[in-house]
Amino acid sequence: MDAEIQKRYSDRAIEFLRQGGDSFQTTKVDAVFNWGRKYSMFLYPFVTACCGMEFMSVAGPRYDLDRFGCALPRFSPRQSDLLMVVGTITHRQAPILQKVYAQMAEPKWVMAFGACTCSGGPYNNYAVVQGIDTIIPVDIYVPGCPPRPEAVLDGLMKLQARVQAERVPADGRHQDTEELTPPVVEKPIP
Amino acid sequence: MEDHGSAALRSLLEVLPDTVLETHARLGDATACVDPTRILTVLRHLRDEPGLEFDMLMDLCAVDFLGSEPRFEVVYHLYSLAHKHRVRIKARVPEAAPEIDSAVSLYPGANWMEREVFDLYGVRFTDHPDLRRLLLYEEFEGHPLRKDYAKEKRQPLVGPGN
Ligand code: SF4
Repeated sequence: MDAEIQKRYSDRAIEFLRQGGDSFQTTKVDAVFNWGRKYSMFLYPFVTACCGMEFMSVAGPRYDLDRFGCALPRFSPRQSDLLMVVGTITHRQAPILQKVYAQMAEPKWVMAFGACTCSGGPYNNYAVVQGIDTIIPVDIYVPGCPPRPEAVLDGLMKLQARVQAERVPADGRHQDTEELTPPVVEKPIP
Repeated sequence: MEDHGSAALRSLLEVLPDTVLETHARLGDATACVDPTRILTVLRHLRDEPGLEFDMLMDLCAVDFLGSEPRFEVVYHLYSLAHKHRVRIKARVPEAAPEIDSAVSLYPGANWMEREVFDLYGVRFTDHPDLRRLLLYEEFEGHPLRKDYAKEKRQPLVGPGN
């Protein structure tokens, strides 16, 4: 019983810290930063296969990714925030994908676009990587072969909700909220 | 019914009778199975003979007949732009020495097709100018389209294995 109360207390403390902890100002700065980040994502389309057609559709005027503040494809990973991995990734391609990911500046997010990138999709053979999360971290998975544009938009909005919940400045790569290390406590929690 | 490729088969049988092992024109596809050691003679005849002039190598591929010998079959699809007829040439090579002469000297377009066949089946083309893997990477071991290559055996460059 005691342990449970303790845990509940520490959980609340961590949550309190996560949301800016001892500073009301930090929380507000975070919110503004994240609001800016989530609506000004520059994306890097890593397009390798048939899902690319669907990417063109969702990026084009009919579905218009721009409405969600994610419009500007940068063909240099150094200038982009969101790596969209669109299409089958083969083992031959895997080192290239890893290099592109490593070239991106923080903060960066990764969307696995389509069944192939989520899990290898229809290809269970010698050539295809069985999900890009075996080689790089993935923030949002959009399944479908290929996914409908609506699914991509839904995935993007879910990613934006996540971005809004992040802590700024992100120390290194942003992490899952559970993994965030609580900031150093300088004064006791009331 | 006059078949457009059968002129080629007749000519082959006439000029190189002991090179041609078997011919047929099943479903209208004129096909000749030939002796693999004389493949260049056959192709040169088909390319240069007036009236045949198969000037285009449309495809070059291979088939693995696991369990029968000779095991690999290299298949050439030829087309004549002038006469608009086609023929298919097949040559079986044994498992122990899967080797056949390269057709690059006759058809430069054979270069990458032969590299692909080498990559995926391990058939070696002698006198090929640059016989390297085409689709897979140098570190890959084995030839994945051989029937005895385990379908899901992966050889990743980065990340976990199977
Ligand atoms: S998920 Fe389907 S549509 Fe997308 S790349 Fe793979 S096979 Fe193509």
